Amino acid sequence: MLIEQLINGITLGSIYAIVALGFTLVFGVLGIINMAHGEIFMFGAFIGVVVTASFQGPLWLAFLAAIAVTAVMGYLLERFALRPLRSKQGVSHLAPLISTIGVSIFLENLSHHLFGAGNHPFRASFAEISFQIGSITVYLVQIVIFVISILLMYSLSFWLGKTKAGKALRATAENLETASLLGVDVKRTITMTVIIASAMGGIAGILVGMAFNSVTPQMGLSIGLKGLAIIILGGMGNVKGAMVGGLILGLAETFIVVYGDSGYKDAIAFAAIIIILLIRPQGLFGQKISA
Amino acid sequence: MRKQFKKIIQLTTLSSLLVLTACGGNEPAGDQDAQTEGGAVKADIGVVSYISGPGAAYGEAITNGLKLAQEEINSNGEVEINLVVEDSAGKQDQALTAAQKLMNSENVTAIIGPTLSTEMNVVGPEADINGVPIMGTSTTAEGIPQIGEYVFRNSLPEALAIPAAIDKAMEKYDAKKVAILYGNDDVFTKSGFDTMKAAAEEKGLEILTIETFQKGQSDYNAQLTKIKGLNPDLILASALYNEGAVIMGQARKMGIDVPFVGGNGFNSPEVINIAGDAANGLIVATPWYGEKDDQKVQDFVTKYEEEYGKKPDQFAAQAYDALYIMAEALKNAGEADRDAVRDALAEIQGFNGILGEFSFDEEGDVVMEPTVLVIEGGAFKVFE
Repeated sequence: MLIEQLINGITLGSIYAIVALGFTLVFGVLGIINMAHGEIFMFGAFIGVVVTASFQGPLWLAFLAAIAVTAVMGYLLERFALRPLRSKQGVSHLAPLISTIGVSIFLENLSHHLFGAGNHPFRASFAEISFQIGSITVYLVQIVIFVISILLMYSLSFWLGKTKAGKALRATAENLETASLLGVDVKRTITMTVIIASAMGGIAGILVGMAFNSVTPQMGLSIGLKGLAIIILGGMGNVKGAMVGGLILGLAETFIVVYGDSGYKDAIAFAAIIIILLIRPQGLFGQKISA
Repeated sequence: MRKQFKKIIQLTTLSSLLVLTACGGNEPAGDQDAQTEGGAVKADIGVVSYISGPGAAYGEAITNGLKLAQEEINSNGEVEINLVVEDSAGKQDQALTAAQKLMNSENVTAIIGPTLSTEMNVVGPEADINGVPIMGTSTTAEGIPQIGEYVFRNSLPEALAIPAAIDKAMEKYDAKKVAILYGNDDVFTKSGFDTMKAAAEEKGLEILTIETFQKGQSDYNAQLTKIKGLNPDLILASALYNEGAVIMGQARKMGIDVPFVGGNGFNSPEVINIAGDAANGLIVATPWYGEKDDQKVQDFVTKYEEEYGKKPDQFAAQAYDALYIMAEALKNAGEADRDAVRDALAEIQGFNGILGEFSFDEEGDVVMEPTVLVIEGGAFKVFE
């Protein structure tokens, strides 16, 4: 049982991590908390349901469609909810946060209209593949989720640290004006970041749909808030922090159910975050900001 | 922390939401006088229902049921009902605002709804003070009709349904040990849990563990793995069908094959749509059984399917019967007067609707026999 619970915790944690990676990318570059990320994630899951259930399409097509749709949504989000606020003088730094909240409400209600209120099952034969190790059942999906989250983390780290585009992105994060003076196409860099983050949300959505066989218009909010908590825990804008933070939260939630009371699941997980932050206010992997 | 943050977000978004939702879901109130004019008793009946938000499916079923009944009643000619529908979005404050709007309108004789027991707990006392008869069609928690003289319901309370289902399941499977699973952030599922726990204790079942979950959760593996390790004979699950169906799917996937006993919220054909084969073995007690060999029931099912393209669930059926009960009361009262309709409602005995024989007790609560059903081979069957 213990090992099964460990697998449960790692699966949940990996999903949290992928969601948090999208958050951390946008925050790291734009300094914006993108509250619509959870809803974009939810749309990714729905696209997966539509492709596999309604059109009987193969799984790879579902992934491609979800990535494409969420990438377009990311572009629209940047173009219509973030960019107009960035170019204007005297806009409060909270304005983008509020505008993304607006987008999230819009998307949640839109999915209500498009897909209906109920829970949609995700019927992919891939999700049924499992193997038995002793008395433990492991689902292939669980391994895939873990592997994808690790892959995403490493490719993001590599991309940010080693490639030219990544450097441009970090320069933009450092200082928008300076970067643009030095010849970085700031507009393109920002748009690309939001698109990549959204597409990652879409991937996470499909993975959740497959792992838990449940897709609802409400799934965005709760997972979005957890993603937010994770990037605070791991250190804002830090890729490794998002990964480790996600795994910690996933495992903490699972083991509270095992050894304690499931009613306190969220409470204890978040209490643990508060304690860690009291000891390390900058988050696990965050750098101290010297004033 | 998460809850608080959620609250902040909800508060900041609430105002905009209210503005948005206030625009939709209204039907123009009839401009005719709600008085007797040559034979037919004319009345405006207010409806407060959960039309937008996570539980919008309930509101949809309820308003569909009401509209179907309205058509039939009006074409009969004895009573002419005009429905004034308001959206509560499943929120107490919005339900109260909607109900107040209806009560302050002179034309509304009585109110049907709201959908959730939590909403009824705030709307009921207000209706009672204002002397407007109000009837819940889906409010199954403890203590609803006891709110006041003007508060009624025609929905089978959990306190009758759950013990009936547990009894039958115990008999058939010789169950001794149970695990309980419930949603702890919803008054409805919480109240269902209290009833389950009390019933299990009373019948001498050993409760191995009590696990909880929250609305909108998608991962139940941790709780289910724990339950699997304890090997119960039955799982009592107080969940709404959306969560409940996913729980069953995940449970069957990890190899838990014992039967589930659910409350009222779990009882919906949607469970089969969502969970597929995994839904087999769900036992529920219900006032509504669509396969019943009764002309009235079959007519309703056919008409409903023609009109809305899906099978009616208990929420549609209860709403349908509720409007007929209301019409009966209006007919007996002979006028669209709030007090007269209340008195006429209280006197309804042995009403024969699609749910079976129905009476109000002296408190305005339900007196009827539940049917225990089980899902077998992808369909609800009578459990024997």
